[in-house]
Amino acid sequence: QNDGYRTLSLSGHVGFGSLPDQLVKKSIKQGFCFNILCIGETGSGKSTLINSLFNTNFDEPVSTHFLPSVQLRAQTYELQESNVLLKLTIVSTVGFGDQINKEDSCQPIVDYIDAQFEAYLQEELKIKRSLFSYHDTRIHVCLYFISPTGHSLKTLDLLTMKSLDSKVNIIPIIGKADSISKTELQKFKNKIMSELVSNDVQIYQFPTDDETISKINTVMNGHLPFAVVGSTEEVKIGNKMVRARQYPWGIVQVENENHCDFVKLREMLLCTNMEDLREQTHARHYELYRRCRLEEMGFRDIGPENKPVSLQEAYEAKRHEFYLELQRKEKEMKQQFVQRVKEKEAILKEAEQQVQTKFEHRMLMHQEAKLELEKKKKVLEDEIAMFIEKKANAELLQSQASVSTPVVSLKRDKDRK
Amino acid sequence: PIAGPVESKNEAAMSELVPEPRQKPVVPMKPMGINASLLGYIGIDTIIEQMRKKTMKTGFDFNIMVVGQSGLGKSTLVNTLFKSQVSRKSSGWNREEKIPKTVEIKAIGHVIEEGGVKMKLTVIDTPGFGDQINNENCWEPIEKYINEQYEKFLKEEVNIARKKRIPDTRVHCCLYFISPTGHSLRPLDLEFMKHLSKVVNIIPVIAKADTMTLEEKIEFKQRVRKELEVNGIEFYPQKEFDEDLEDKTENDKIRQESMPFAVVGSDKEYQVNGKRVLGRKTPWGIIEVENLTHCEFALLRDFVIRTHLQDLKEVTHNIHYETYRAKRLNDNGGLPPMTVETEENHESNL
Repeated sequence: QNDGYRTLSLSGHVGFGSLPDQLVKKSIKQGFCFNILCIGETGSGKSTLINSLFNTNFDEPVSTHFLPSVQLRAQTYELQESNVLLKLTIVSTVGFGDQINKEDSCQPIVDYIDAQFEAYLQEELKIKRSLFSYHDTRIHVCLYFISPTGHSLKTLDLLTMKSLDSKVNIIPIIGKADSISKTELQKFKNKIMSELVSNDVQIYQFPTDDETISKINTVMNGHLPFAVVGSTEEVKIGNKMVRARQYPWGIVQVENENHCDFVKLREMLLCTNMEDLREQTHARHYELYRRCRLEEMGFRDIGPENKPVSLQEAYEAKRHEFYLELQRKEKEMKQQFVQRVKEKEAILKEAEQQVQTKFEHRMLMHQEAKLELEKKKKVLEDEIAMFIEKKANAELLQSQASVSTPVVSLKRDKDRK
Repeated sequence: PIAGPVESKNEAAMSELVPEPRQKPVVPMKPMGINASLLGYIGIDTIIEQMRKKTMKTGFDFNIMVVGQSGLGKSTLVNTLFKSQVSRKSSGWNREEKIPKTVEIKAIGHVIEEGGVKMKLTVIDTPGFGDQINNENCWEPIEKYINEQYEKFLKEEVNIARKKRIPDTRVHCCLYFISPTGHSLRPLDLEFMKHLSKVVNIIPVIAKADTMTLEEKIEFKQRVRKELEVNGIEFYPQKEFDEDLEDKTENDKIRQESMPFAVVGSDKEYQVNGKRVLGRKTPWGIIEVENLTHCEFALLRDFVIRTHLQDLKEVTHNIHYETYRAKRLNDNGGLPPMTVETEENHESNL
């Protein structure tokens, strides 16, 4: 444990016992993040449970059964208790288990969880990064709501949990547990746990390595899955108002440990193991994701000659490759562009030529027409001249004739004029 | 504050019209800052206790470097700080040993425990600093050592399969010992601090402060502060890293009044007024190390250990290390890892 370092004893009070307090003080200043994913069929009691857990009313609209595919709805809240500021994100599935064909039900959930890991990984790989002020959206715990059929797990449940168990801490929950009687409940729980074990589904185990909490955690591990009841209504019991569901045959109290495991869930989730859930997400699930992703991208820790390869070398080689590819593409595009411009230019030139020829042709026609018209004009002018001459001659003849019979012809001339 | 659900409802309507083969994963929007008020106690504030327990279990690392000329009392001071023989003075060093011809870096680690908190403390000594005739560039081996620790950490961080807890050998704090000349800082002091304040947290201390009277001490401190400011040397706690007003006021007071701490160290105990105290016995009286009217050792101790230890580590990790990392990843796109042997290679990378 000491890695070969000698242990020295102190001869007086030094004061570094305050280190955890210094660390805590800093964490309080930064605030905490906690992200819960609720998976369950529509109407399994997800929203009500969350409202009950956090003793508040997160306004979430009720959803329909008729969505074509599973979606995820995320909402972030800021809660404060004494000096602790918690950024709580609740992600719920919408439309889970509603479709006739449920083959694609798990994929959106897996994609969502991976997307959060990916976002963190991208930040971590950045050159200029700010991890200490990063808003962590990775899912810390997944509450899986099992329908209170009383028999066993559904195929969808097994399939979904199996696809998620290496990515997120799963805590299975039986929702709306007030529809199962006590005797049926224990049988149901046993069946569920044995099915999980036989299908090798790795659910979250409350940690038992710290002596102060190992006892209670072991006990709680035995109570899984938690059978919970949630309620947004309060009923008066004695002289207190408690969260409860009122039936004609009695009142189911949410916080009564004889009625359901709600208190156990709250205790385990928030009061005892919240930090461990966060740590497991970061140290185990995220590291696994990161490793797989980097290997997928082609990075290795050991090179072909079994010599350690630095991530930087591989990263740089890839970056160089990518850059060359980019350059090549750019060159190609440039060439294409030049080609296209040339083609277009040729087309335009040709069109220009055509227009030019048409113009010249028209000009020629115009000239010819003009000449024609001039000719015609000349002919007409000649005719007019001839006519005027004729008229002049006729008038002369007429005036000579009219001298002999002046009165009558004058009159006639006048009329004629 | 219901923008979130409404948007996805529209998305749902859209997808009914244009069915997508696979739904795009929804990334939560930036925190809405919806302040939900709690109608009763839940217990989320217990996370503080949970966190404290976890950190106590994993323990802490702390690496402190001491730099200064021989005979300024570096080893004694560190031993006094940690109330145990953590410095090389005790690990077989003896006063007749020759001063090394070049600056050596000697790191010695011990595990100490107090109040259930386990700390792996490493003291890095730098014998030979400033002791040669020609001290040009004598800070280079020190800078190299500091960068090597960053490099070591970076290599581990960058592995595909990483260790659960990367061993931290980075220097969190560098105590620089100023000679109590009473006049001003020496050129070597300025050169060292100018170069190193950019890569590590430097806390300047005035050594062997029992050679100055109170007035001389105040004047000297003022002059040193002025010189540091004029030369643009940012010692810890750096102004630019003050997180909020509370930090700023607290740190301003320390920066402008208390620092540099004028200290005296001792590992011998004497009886004063019926109490056993650490001190130095002189013909004219006993100098009590932990007496604030005699010297500022207690201020230094409280500052480094009791209030700012975690902050020293965080500034090292979040700022100095990140600066090194960014530079390393930008420089020639991160060529093959720096080799320890070739000095020239090292210089070009820096």
